[in-house]
Amino acid sequence: MVHIENLTKKYGSKLVLNIQELNIPKGQSFGLVGNNGAGKTTLFSLLLDLIQPSTGHISNNEVRVDQSEEWKTFTSSFIDESFLIGYLTPEEYFYFIGELRNRNKADVNALLAQYKDFFHGEILGQKKYLRDLSKGNQKKAGIVASFIGDPEVVILDEPFANLDPSTQIRLKGIIKDLAARQGVTVLVSSHDLIHVTEVCERIVVLNKGEVVKDIETSTETLRELEAYFSENIAVAAASVENI
Amino acid sequence: MFKNFTGLQWKSFFRSSSFGKSLGIKIFMGFMAVYLAVSLIMSGIGAYFALKKIFPESGPFQIINRFLIYYFCLELFIRYFMQKLPVMDIKPFLILPIKKSSITHYILSRSAVSFYNFLSLFFFLPFCGVLLYKGFPVLNILGWLLGIIAIVLTINYINFLVNKSDKILIVVATIIGVFYALEYFDLVPITEYLGALFYRLYEQPYLVIIPIGLAIFVYWLNYEFLRTKLFLDATLENKTKEAQTSEMAWTRRFGKIAPFLQLDLKLIWRNKRTKTQVFISLAMILYGLIFYTMKDFGPTSAMLVFVGIFMTGIFLMNFGQFIPAWDSEYYGMMMSQNIPLRDYLESKAGLIYVSVVVMFLLSIPYVYFGWEALAINFACALYNLGVNVPVILFFGSMNKKRIDLAKSAMGNMQGASAAQFLVGIPLFGLPMILFVLISWLGSFQMAITFLALLGILGFAIRKPILDSITKIYAKKKYGMIAGFKEKNS
Repeated sequence: MVHIENLTKKYGSKLVLNIQELNIPKGQSFGLVGNNGAGKTTLFSLLLDLIQPSTGHISNNEVRVDQSEEWKTFTSSFIDESFLIGYLTPEEYFYFIGELRNRNKADVNALLAQYKDFFHGEILGQKKYLRDLSKGNQKKAGIVASFIGDPEVVILDEPFANLDPSTQIRLKGIIKDLAARQGVTVLVSSHDLIHVTEVCERIVVLNKGEVVKDIETSTETLRELEAYFSENIAVAAASVENI
Repeated sequence: MFKNFTGLQWKSFFRSSSFGKSLGIKIFMGFMAVYLAVSLIMSGIGAYFALKKIFPESGPFQIINRFLIYYFCLELFIRYFMQKLPVMDIKPFLILPIKKSSITHYILSRSAVSFYNFLSLFFFLPFCGVLLYKGFPVLNILGWLLGIIAIVLTINYINFLVNKSDKILIVVATIIGVFYALEYFDLVPITEYLGALFYRLYEQPYLVIIPIGLAIFVYWLNYEFLRTKLFLDATLENKTKEAQTSEMAWTRRFGKIAPFLQLDLKLIWRNKRTKTQVFISLAMILYGLIFYTMKDFGPTSAMLVFVGIFMTGIFLMNFGQFIPAWDSEYYGMMMSQNIPLRDYLESKAGLIYVSVVVMFLLSIPYVYFGWEALAINFACALYNLGVNVPVILFFGSMNKKRIDLAKSAMGNMQGASAAQFLVGIPLFGLPMILFVLISWLGSFQMAITFLALLGILGFAIRKPILDSITKIYAKKKYGMIAGFKEKNS
């Protein structure tokens, strides 16, 4: 579904992303982990054509994202709160997104009904504008908005951050369901290793813009990831001692 | 502490992405400032002699004192629209070991060295120089000058209060209005009294403590006002208004631009800044009265073309120049959505078209000043529709500065700065030049017809024009996204 080739992104002389090749097949739930500055958000921004690659390109379902806008019809995303329109109520926002994705009110309402549990009665019918909702509730609205219009690719940057524990658990169920039953390609980034290993079939670890691990999730994965990230700390500590 | 704050201010200016653009404006402003300063100094020197010539029977100094109050009112008026309180983003400082009082003092004292305060010095210093040269006593002149400076500072701080709170605006406006009425209906000769008061400053220079006291008092008011606002919840408290939802089903008939039209209408109505602009625009329909009641302009003056473009295009300018920055908060989302950019722009253009038509309809009563007024306004409205709408949309593609719609009371309300007037050059300049040229070569009728035809032509070919503007927007997409992400620039 998603095909990345020779992709690099430089800011000045600093290389922040360098991926030789990466393929994400249709219907895969794909997890991206890495420390801050590893290039997770950069990769997602490139995927959404919000920034320009320095070299290489990304194809989304055979569409080159930097050349055509066709990918927008089947791709949806929630990166951060800047994806929300603050002066709309959640309902208005959902309908607006629905409109852009050719879904009428009834369609949107039908979809929202499925996420009643997820909203936990804090989103719909609150008579509040999105800008007045708490961070967590804003996130809920943004995530659900990205499910409108039956997208084939869903991109969620740090979806678990700021959510309360119950909502995190519900979200995990939703993401698994999307990939397994509806054949949606889900791309998720997270700092929480437990969440990604639970949700994703495949996990890619980025470090300083490069793919350092590409794992099919198994029962061993969590330990492997934890080992990798603590090793990093050990290496850093060792190099400090050497000085 | 002050040094640290100054350093931060400096950095936030030089490190913002719109630095290139604002530097250009700064340079332009610099030129204007030098020009202004020189002309003020010249008039400061010349004022004494000029007044002596015009009013030979009374002393120039007395005359100046009598007109001072007008000057101060004008200054307050100009400041209200132009000057902003230098605000830093104070949130990060609140939890640092910095006294809130020093943050407040810094913000306030920084404004004391603003350009506007020096403006009047450029006039009064040379004027006092001439007075001294003419043999006025040094001490008295010094007292008078100090008094003037204190009053200028008072105005400086009153302006901030007026800007921050509509209640104080109403109070100040009422006071000025009452004074004006008293004077106008010959009930109380206010200007004479005030002139005498200012003259007392000269006669008894120790009285300077009164204006100085006044300045300190207003500073203190500002301090109290700001100091209490330096809390997170003080800026948050009035935020949660109950949301009013509306269907706006009537927009449906506009077809595919309907969702954007709805969004734009909500944008305008639900955000304070855009909402004020609607009211300002409507009020500006009265602007023409200033010019039409002045006898100096004939009924066919080029100045009236300016007025016509301005009145019918005020919303076009106020709203249009910040396209697409109005949507800057969520521009990234818009660009990753399945949005036909052209529909997006078309909806904005449609909104402006409507505003131009409404403003023209409101301007019809100007026909009272002769059929020429109606003809000029009609031609200008057409010109705005056909030519200025694409022009402003084109300039919009250069916008890189974020607009925080939900900006709290700490932020500035006006947002209208020098940039607004820069865009005005092509918007106003071109039609005025065309008008002058053609009415000089031909006739008034020809010039007006030409402007109208130009507008009609532009409107007729709006589709291909919009297509090419859309391409420019698409090309500048990445720069806009990056620029709009930058807060506090």
